[in-house]
Amino acid sequence: MSLNPDPDTADRLLAAQAAAEVKGRSLWKDARQRFMRNRAAVAGLVALVLICIFAFFGGFLAQYEPDYVDFSLIGSNATQGVPSFETGHYFGTDSSGRDLYARTVQGTRISLLVGIVGAGVAVIVGTLYGAIAGYQGGRTDGAMMRTVDILMSVPYMFVLILMLVIFGRSILMLFIGIGLISWLDMSRIARGQTLTIKGKEFVEAAHATGVRPMTIILRHIVPNLLGLVIVYATLLVPQMIITESFISFLGLGIQEPNTSLGALISNGASNMQYGVIWQLAFPLFFFVITLFAFFFVGDGLRDALDPKDR
Amino acid sequence: MLNYVLRRVAVAIPTILLLVVISFVLMYAAPGGPFNSERPLPAQVMANIEARYGLDQPYWKQMANYVWNVVVHFDFGPSFQYRDRTVNDVIAQGFPVTLTYGFWSFIVALVVGVALGVAAAIRHNSWLDYLAVGISIGAQVLPNFVMAPILVLVFTLWLGWLPGGGWQGGQIEYIILPVIALSTSYMASIARITRSSMLEVLNAGFIRTARAKGLPTRRIIWKHAMKPTMLPVLSYLGPAFVGMITGSVIIDVFFSTGGIGQFFVNSAFNRDYSVIMGITILVGVLTVTFNLVVDLLYAWIDPKIRY
Repeated sequence: MSLNPDPDTADRLLAAQAAAEVKGRSLWKDARQRFMRNRAAVAGLVALVLICIFAFFGGFLAQYEPDYVDFSLIGSNATQGVPSFETGHYFGTDSSGRDLYARTVQGTRISLLVGIVGAGVAVIVGTLYGAIAGYQGGRTDGAMMRTVDILMSVPYMFVLILMLVIFGRSILMLFIGIGLISWLDMSRIARGQTLTIKGKEFVEAAHATGVRPMTIILRHIVPNLLGLVIVYATLLVPQMIITESFISFLGLGIQEPNTSLGALISNGASNMQYGVIWQLAFPLFFFVITLFAFFFVGDGLRDALDPKDR
Repeated sequence: MLNYVLRRVAVAIPTILLLVVISFVLMYAAPGGPFNSERPLPAQVMANIEARYGLDQPYWKQMANYVWNVVVHFDFGPSFQYRDRTVNDVIAQGFPVTLTYGFWSFIVALVVGVALGVAAAIRHNSWLDYLAVGISIGAQVLPNFVMAPILVLVFTLWLGWLPGGGWQGGQIEYIILPVIALSTSYMASIARITRSSMLEVLNAGFIRTARAKGLPTRRIIWKHAMKPTMLPVLSYLGPAFVGMITGSVIIDVFFSTGGIGQFFVNSAFNRDYSVIMGITILVGVLTVTFNLVVDLLYAWIDPKIRY
């Protein structure tokens, strides 16, 4: 965090302070201010927005469809498929003569989707699971968390690949497989936080007035977990992207004609000795930038929403 | 203490059994058998083959047989793709390779990571500290499948210093790149954990006391600060182990080192179920055992743990 905020931020802070004297500040507004003061986090957020624009609207700029194969380029990639604006192949072509720009847009989009869906499953399943375990306590809690412990000590990547082999390699299977493991960490975090919230007076009051346990969990506990959950969901997205790319790098994940950043990196890596370094460089660049952006935003959110952690 | 050990072992055993059963159920749920091919075999030939592999028996009996063979005889059965090879042969061939570079990666990650973390904490806010923090942030976005191509690009294609693949019985120049590719991200995590842990310990009261009574810094670090610093590092070693053994698949495939990961991925493409299951179970057993050892070490080092 910087001690000398730039004039813009300082102005905004003053404005916010002025507003605060009248209105009072909510927890979320407070958090937003802390986040905005963190330069790395804001830069990460800007990068993330740009990457999303690239992934979802970049296709309109492409001169070629991602699955259009230019047969004349196969074999002469190193000389003919070089990135250039004249040919319309901004990022060059891949080893099958397809436009790498369109492919990178597609790959980034699929990687982002996998990451967000994985984190989404983690948020829904993990939060509920953890909140229920934590609120119920006792033997239920013990059994539920022991199950999580056991599942966590299973080398999931191997089981995931086993599943992909058995049920066929498809995007849906990949989503299910990643969703199955992503919620474990989240459930632990949610449970820990629930244990502290459980003792608060408002939960006791709800309990005393006869609110049913499930309603207490959904109405009173889950909303209070939200800050922590958002932080860890943001940090989970890059992990899910890494998991997906890992599997796609091995050729077991996303199948042609679809692609993901992992599959593109794998293609680039297997062709890099033929002088077509751009096939590795562009996907790698977007992969690294996406991960950095998510990590910085996640760290920023943690500082903003969970200040007692520092 | 003995009670604690027994309780930990009591959790580890069902975990392994569960893994064996899950693998078996998954394999059984797979559509099509290993001997179904484009051209269907005559029914009698099929029946004979199935009898040879015990596939004609009821579901529960097959499962019981498989579990029994794995647990009691360490026998994972025959490969479904290579008639002349059993899963045990595959493991015997690939595992020593994986173990060799895996061991060195683990040592490198631990030693370099801890050294970097301690150095950064002692020289807090110096260039060394910033370097360590920079490395650990950078390495977050460089998982093994990103490191491996970059390393080969630089050290093999551009500089020509090291071979970009192969194993050659484990000669040193063939081990270096796999070890770096596999260990970097874990080295960085260990460095980050060690640094923050050491910074916290150095602020503790007993360190101030040690300073106040005039102990030399080196002695304070080694005698007093090191042990509590290592506790969070120790609990990270379990996940790091899982990550490395998973990463070895990438290393084997990318560097063609011939470890179990290469067999695993080949089998995944060939639908060689028994090899996939065998390797999954082997890795599971290793993981559970390693976690058990870490937990026991933790309990032994940290007197605050109650058993």
